[in-house]
This record gives sequence, structure tokens and C-alpha cells, in this order.
Amino acid sequence: MELLVNISLLFMLSLTVIAVVRLKSLFAIVMLFGIYSLLSAMIFIALDAVDVAFTEAAVGAGISTVLMLATLVTTGRWEKKSSRSSFLPLLIVSITGAALVWGTLDMPEYGNPDNPAHHHVADRYIEQSPEEIGIPNMVTSVLASYRGFDTLGEVIVVFTALIGVLSLLQVRTPPSVAETPLRNENRKLSRPYPVLQVVALVMMPFIILFALYVQFHGDFGPGGGFQAGVIFAVAFILYTLTYGLDDALALTPVSVLKALAAGGVLIYGGTGVVSMLLGGNFLDYNVLSSNPVSGQHIGIIVIELGVGITVASVLICAFYAFMTRALPDQGQKG
Amino acid sequence: MIASHLPALQVVVPLLGAPFCFLLWRSPRLSWLLATLISWLTFAISIALLVTVNNSGTIEYAFGGWQAPWGIEYVVDQLNAFVLLIVSGIAAVVFPYSWISVQQEVELRQQSLFFTSMVLCLAGLLGITIAGDAFNLFVLLEISSLSTYTMISMGRDRRALTASFQYLIMGTIGATFIIIGVGILFMLTGSLNMQDLAQRIPELDQSRALHVAFGFLITGIGLKLAMFPLHLWLPNAYAYAPSAASAFIASTATKVAVYVMVRYLFSIFGVNFSFQTIHIQWLFVPVSLFAILFTSIVALFQRDIKRMLAYSSVAQIGYMLLGIGLFNVTGLTATLLHLFNHALMKGALFLAMGAVCYRIGNTFIDSMQGLGKQMPWTMAAFVIGGLSIVGVPLTTGFISKWVLIQAAVERGWWPVIIVIVVASLIAMMYIWRVIEAVYLQSRPENAKNVSEAPLSLLIPVWILALANLYFGANATLSSELAGNAAATLFSGTGF
Amino acid sequence: MDSFFNEVISGALGRYNYWVVIFLMMSGFYVVIGSTNLVKKIVGLNIFQTSVFILYISIGKINGGTAPIVWANAERYSNPLPHVLILTAIVVGVATTALGLSLIMRIKHAYNTVEEDEILAISLEEDEDE
Repeated sequence: MELLVNISLLFMLSLTVIAVVRLKSLFAIVMLFGIYSLLSAMIFIALDAVDVAFTEAAVGAGISTVLMLATLVTTGRWEKKSSRSSFLPLLIVSITGAALVWGTLDMPEYGNPDNPAHHHVADRYIEQSPEEIGIPNMVTSVLASYRGFDTLGEVIVVFTALIGVLSLLQVRTPPSVAETPLRNENRKLSRPYPVLQVVALVMMPFIILFALYVQFHGDFGPGGGFQAGVIFAVAFILYTLTYGLDDALALTPVSVLKALAAGGVLIYGGTGVVSMLLGGNFLDYNVLSSNPVSGQHIGIIVIELGVGITVASVLICAFYAFMTRALPDQGQKG
Repeated sequence: MIASHLPALQVVVPLLGAPFCFLLWRSPRLSWLLATLISWLTFAISIALLVTVNNSGTIEYAFGGWQAPWGIEYVVDQLNAFVLLIVSGIAAVVFPYSWISVQQEVELRQQSLFFTSMVLCLAGLLGITIAGDAFNLFVLLEISSLSTYTMISMGRDRRALTASFQYLIMGTIGATFIIIGVGILFMLTGSLNMQDLAQRIPELDQSRALHVAFGFLITGIGLKLAMFPLHLWLPNAYAYAPSAASAFIASTATKVAVYVMVRYLFSIFGVNFSFQTIHIQWLFVPVSLFAILFTSIVALFQRDIKRMLAYSSVAQIGYMLLGIGLFNVTGLTATLLHLFNHALMKGALFLAMGAVCYRIGNTFIDSMQGLGKQMPWTMAAFVIGGLSIVGVPLTTGFISKWVLIQAAVERGWWPVIIVIVVASLIAMMYIWRVIEAVYLQSRPENAKNVSEAPLSLLIPVWILALANLYFGANATLSSELAGNAAATLFSGTGF
Repeated sequence: MDSFFNEVISGALGRYNYWVVIFLMMSGFYVVIGSTNLVKKIVGLNIFQTSVFILYISIGKINGGTAPIVWANAERYSNPLPHVLILTAIVVGVATTALGLSLIMRIKHAYNTVEEDEILAISLEEDEDE
């Protein structure tokens, strides 16, 4: 049964990817990428990687696709036919692929419990992390504690991307309410999608509630700061799409988002500095409390919070920047 | 207490300094001051690390208090302490320089973002150098890469955007190749820790999967270090980036990539596997010889001197790979020495070009005609850097070429020596082109008169120019550091 | 002969997953280096990376294992380490995508096209003008 599910998912992935190679409509390609991402999320579930599946669905099928669609608004939907020969790329790809297939002949068999990958470092994570860290989700234990420094790096990568996006695309400054009372009044009267707006407004609290649940339940089930941050951002993306960028910017000013993005990084890094000051190594949570296991617990909750704050604010801010560029005259029309 | 945390602080200081730089977005000057302060602090830390390593041997630092291989560790040995010193030293000179240069070349709105990116890039590069964990290296690589793309895209010319995009695509392919390689290594060994991998790889040396992992890692790192013919992203990236960014990236980023290559070849895969099972030297020697000649010739025909210097960089990377390919201690010493020396010379040259750009707005050879009289100090520093590229005695360039030739003599590979000599003659020609334009021709009549660059640009330029002369005349310190590191790597006890 | 076939079949069953993933990876890689539209390149990059993620997660799978969350009835757990690495890699991937797409928007503004061929032609003209 598992084999069958696996094979059919892989088959669908292959079909999707062939379609992407052949199609010229960028809109279709982007949507197919969203599908590709969802299919891979399903495969991740079949392969027991629930946290990864959650993240892939939220990021690949969610955020990445939304950003790509926003880009298409400015760049146009069609790929032009290229006169360039596809011989060299095809040659490079074939050689690389052939090398990889040749390599698989000596690779450990798929799924075999005796594979070396499962028996050096991983044993300890599985056998001892429930006692050492004290939480049931081993992925969270490894992510936040054993390999916590990687995760700090990951948060900083997100932060670095924000620096890049902000330098390339400027977020529009919304017209202040006092300056344009008339236009504001008009907009209220001619709100284009009243049904959508009401639905969005009803859904927002639930999305945010779910984000908070994912944020604080990551120790026990799949989830954690990163997934929660993405879901939180989705609530505001929904708001922007239905109410317009100006209203969204009034709700969450860019300067606040920027400060939060830096703040999340500093919460994470600050935890490391505190553990240094308490006599441990950087990010050693054992010293945060008199009892090492509760120290781990405190540390993980705090750093996950930092991750969630940075991810949510960076994604919202990046989305605003994309929307500013994609719909430069939005708001003036209303 | 602080002493034991030095390896972590080396990276954590710039890593956590960056958000503060960003928070000062209303005042670029404060961002810059903080960035400069951070660069000096990291330089001090790397000096302290080098001294400690030389006195008491390799230092290890376990993040989160988790012992490797379960946790992530930093390892500082003679090799990477030396590279850390190069990176943070260049940063300590370029960061103070950047203020005036960025004022003129980058929009006000982007300035504090630029300084934040510089700090992030510094943190990433230092992190790559010090990491003892293969996956952590990838994460820090991405920090430095993303911040580099950002800095390049801030150049004034619209071609900066396409250069940045091209680098983003090539760089991400490189990084993806690296994670494929690391993934296969993990599949075969169950570990991500470099020392641990080094212990487990020898018993796998007949595995085809290991050979594939090797291929992916070398290609991925090769893309990052602009190994010919994977260098296509480099010339535009260096030419169109803001001057301060060009100077910083040109003298550090490729050096760090060469370090990663050396680390993988010698410490992780081991001398036996890399050179006796795979025979990587049969790839490196011909490719680098061709690269040295070809890109030196291309450099001759560039109108933009920054672009010319970029092509010259690809040739210099060729020398570094050649040193590895010669496969003896002297050759590796030459590579490591050249890491240091090339950082000094390219740093001086790009900073001098930044000063020229500050005054005349571009770095085209015809706009620079007759500039020798109007900007005597800047141009004199350029000449020193240029002589160093050529390899004239009493400059650092001479030292590394001399050691490289010795290594070739030890092998008895005379054609290699001929190529080095011919390439040095070509280098002399492209440097002479500039010298001729600057000193022997007169200023075009319609060109506006300019004065010497301000002191805050001149001082950093001259610090590097004088360093070229000092380490050229007195190479004991640098040769000793490089020689010790090379000997350790060859003895197979690297780490 | 029979034993040879058995070996081939069991070898293929133990590896089919890798082979399909390699096909996916290489198709993504082909879209990156083979297409001239910048947006399509970014999509290709994402497919390439997502396929590498599937490779990693396949490495971590153990037959008969369950998700690595402590559970009373679990016999054995799949390897959590690749999951952690890929969580990090997904985040790095979206960061790169966001930056790449912002660059594309600016390129469109500066050149009025996002086709590599056309940008190259414009750049060559500019180089000649200088």
C-alpha cells in the first residue's frame, strides 16, 4: 500500500515536471509549481516527515507561489520562444543525471533500517532526546537544541533576504488619513468585494489562532516557529488581497515590521548570549534554569518565538514590497 | 571566560551586530560606524584566535553544549585561523573606507541596508571558514551569498541587476550541488561533522556513491570560487558592484571558497582519496593553466579597469588551483600564501579604483588618461598593487609566484613554469596599459580637473599597498603560517 | 540466471525512489539552465531544490517507521535528522526565491523585458556604445 502511494505520487510529480518543461505560459508554470510543491508535501507525509510536509505546503505551495504570481503581474504571462539551442543544457543535465544514477548503484538500499545514515548520530536523537530535551517531537529537539545554531543561521538567512528585498523594492508609504479624507470616504463607499472582505475578516482570527497553536504546540506535534510565522503572514496576505495594500499598511506599518524582523533575530541570538553569560556555551539551554530539562524547555520556547516573529514579519514585509511593485496605482483607482 | 568563547564570538558578533545596523536605518552614518566597529572587533578576535592556536593547538567549540558529532562545532586550526585573519583584516580596512565611497555610489535610502549587508556577508564568510560541520557551512554560505547578491544589485548601472541575478542563479546551483554532495556523504556515513566524516571516508573509498559526492562537492565549490570555466558570473559581478563591495568581495569571497576546496580535498576526503584515487590534479593542472593564460589575455582587452581586475582575479584563482594540483607541500604553501597575498593586492587595486570612481565617476581606461598628475597618491598605490600582480620582486606577488615555481621545479614540470612566466608577462602588459594611460598621456581637454582622493579613502588604500611591500620584503611571517598549515594538511592529520 | 534477475529486481526496488528523484532533480536543473525567461529559471530552481529535499527525506525513511514524534505504539521511528536539515533548506530556498523575484521585477523595470536573450542583446549594444 505504502509502495503504491509512493509510486503514484512520484509518477504525478514526474508528469508535473514534464509539463513545466514543455509549457510556455508562465501562469500555468507557476500554478504547476504550486501543485508540484503540494505533491511533494504529500510524499513527505508518506515518508514520515510531517514537519517538512507542513512547511513545504505552507512555503512552496503558499508563499513562493504567491510571490511568483505577484511577479508575473509586472513581467507578463508568456515566455518568448528562444532561438538558443538546447543542446548544451541537455548535455550537462544528462551527464549530471547519469553520474548520479551510477552513484546510486552503491547507495544503501532505500528504507533499510540498517543503513549507516540511521546509526551514527541519529540514534541518540531518537533514544535520548525525550529525556535530554524532554519533548516528544524529535524534529523540534534537533532543530532547536542539538542543531540550534543552524536554525539561528536560517533565521538570519530570512533576515538577509528582507534586506535584499527592501533594497530592491521600496514599500509604498500609504497616504495618511488626514491628507486624503475624501478619497478614503470614497473608498469606503465603493468597496469592491464586500462578501470577500467579510469572509476574510471572519477568517482572520481563526488563522491567527491556528498560527498561535502551531507556534506553541511544536514541541508535541508537527509545527513550530517557522510554520507558525508563515501562517501568521498568510492572515495578513489575505487581508491585503481583500482590503488593499493601503489598509494593510495602516494596520501593520512597515517600520514596525522591520523592527520586529530584527527583534526576532535578537531574541534568538540573545538567548545564546544569555546562556553564555550564565556559564554555558552559546545556545546551551541547560544553564537557563536550575533543572537542565526545564532549561531546555524555556530555551526552545523562546527561540521558537524569535523564529516566528522574524519569519512572519519578513514575509509580510516582502509581500508588501512585491505588491507595491506589482500594483503601483492600487488605491488611487478606488 | 571570554577567551573560551572566542570561536563563537568570531561569528556571533557580526551575526548579531547586523540587526542593530539595520535598526539604525534612519541614520546611515551610525550604521556605518557600528559596522566599522564590528569589523575591528572581529579582526581583534581573529588575531587572538591565531595566537591561541599557535600556542596551544586546535580549538573546538561545541554549540549548545552538545558534543560533536551530535551538535554543531566550530574548529579553529592553523589553516582556518590564517583565513579568518585574512577575511577580518580586509574587512577592517574596507569597512572604514566604505562610508565616503557609498555616499557617492549608493542611494541614500539603501545605504544602511548596504552596511547591514556588508556585516552579514562578513559574518557568513567567517562562519564558512570556521565551521566544523558540513551542513552549517551551507547555511552560512547562503548568508554570505544572499548578502553579496544584495550588495552587487546596488551598483548604479542597470547591468548590476543582471550581474546580481546571474550570480544568484549560478551561486544557488553551486549551493544546491554542495547540499547534494553533503546529502550523499550523510547517506553513506550518518554524519555531518567534518572530522567525523574524515574518519569514516577512507573505508568507503571504492564506493561509487562517494565518487559522485566528491564530484558534486568539487563542482559546487568550483562554481562558488569561479573556477574556470564556471567563472562567467564573476567579471560582471565585480565590475558593476559598488566599489567598496567589489573590493571586499574580490579580496575575501573567492579566498574563502578556495579554503573550502582545500578543506574538502585534504582534510575531509583526505590526500589519498583526492589525489591517488580520483587524481584531481589531472583536472586542476590543465584547467588552471588554460585559465591563467586565457583570462589574462581577456583582461588585456577590457576598457573598464574594474572588469580587467575581475578577469585578472579568475587568473589568480588559476594560480591557487595550480598550487593544489602540483600536489606537494611547496605547491600547497604557494596556494595558501597566494590566498593572503592576492587578498592584499586585489584589495589595494579595487580600493584604488574606488577612489578613482569617487573622483571621475567611472573607471574606464580612457577617462583615466593623465590622472597620474592629478591623483598621484591613488595612482602610486595602484602601481604598487599592479606590480604585485605582475610578480615584481619586493612585492607579495613575487613571493607567491616564487614558491609556486619552486613547487613546479620539485615536480620537474617545466611547461608549468613557462606558463607562469608568460602569464606574468601578459599581466605586465595589462598593468602597463593603465600605467601608460595614467602617466604618459595627458588629460583629455574636455575632462574636468580633479583633485586627489580624500584621506579617508587614501589611508585604507595605502595600508594595503604598504602591506604588499612589507609582506613582499619580509615574508617570514606569512610563509611560516602558510607553510605550517600546508605541512599539517599533507601529513593527513589536518584538523 | 534467475538469481541474477532477482538481484536486479530487488536492486531496482531498493533504488527506484532515487532514480525518479534524480529525474525530477535533473528536469528542474534543465529548466534553470535551459530556459531564457528569468521567471521560469526561478521556478526551475525551486523544482530543482524541492527535488533535492525529496532525496534527503528518502534517505531518512525507514521501512515500517513512523514520524519521529514519541508515540506509545511506535515500533521504530524514521530518522529525524534529514527532516531538520530540509526544514532549514526550505527556508533558505524561499529566501533565495524572494530575492531572485525582486531582482526580476527591477530588471523588468530597467530593461522592459525578462527574456535573457533580449537583455543580452541590449547589454552588448551598451558595451559597444561605451
